[in-house]
Amino acid sequence: MPDFDMKIKEESDVIVVTTNGYLNNYGGEQVASVCLQKISEGKRKFLVNVENTAMVNSIGVSIIIEVIEELQGTGGKIAFCHTAPIVEKTFNIMGVSKYAKIYATEEDGIAELSL
Amino acid sequence: MTNPTVELTLPVMEDMELAATKTAEVVAKRMGLDEMKTAEISMALIEACINAFEHSKTKDNIFIHYIIEEETLVIKVGDRGIGFDSEVVAIPNIDEKINSSNKRGWGLQLMKELMDTVEFETTADGTTVTMTKTK
Repeated sequence: MPDFDMKIKEESDVIVVTTNGYLNNYGGEQVASVCLQKISEGKRKFLVNVENTAMVNSIGVSIIIEVIEELQGTGGKIAFCHTAPIVEKTFNIMGVSKYAKIYATEEDGIAELSL
Repeated sequence: MTNPTVELTLPVMEDMELAATKTAEVVAKRMGLDEMKTAEISMALIEACINAFEHSKTKDNIFIHYIIEEETLVIKVGDRGIGFDSEVVAIPNIDEKINSSNKRGWGLQLMKELMDTVEFETTADGTTVTMTKTK
């Protein structure tokens, strides 16, 4: 059984994906799949809450880069919140934080993305 | 006197890298490494294991040695695969990865950024990556 699941909700036109567990290739595929589906439905604002994801790997994060790519030129945004320090450092090394803002809390992320 | 060493053998199975991080956490705590350094070791170890699992093209177990020195943790991750030349691995760049069909290839960069030193040695018997982290 994969050590990963997630919940999806929509708030103030922001799709919030809350992950739970190790964000590996399976987790990355799950997050990317739901985001790409929502993009095809016209959604453009995404917030990934990783409060319950203490560890990621580069394969999982690479798959999420596909969402960043898909949002290019659409005016859309993807952001993260509640990142553990090591997850944030990984995002910084990979350059993900250049394209995806990191918020301290879900409330902060929704407030700014929904503007 | 020989430095205390913890040895772990991992089968090539999904998520087995997490077993390596659990051991790293115990060893790092024993050495008094702080939380962030411990997390950096775990993250680098995940990437080293994935590298060994995927790039070695082998179904043999991989081995990990955690060598406890006075101020430094030395971790060796070895496989019996075909090996690779770390010198020819391109430094990844997010701007180039976007709109590229290959978005992967970050493992080596992450290991180098997260650990104090990272060295690869490939012989006819396989590849060993040696990483260090000082307190």
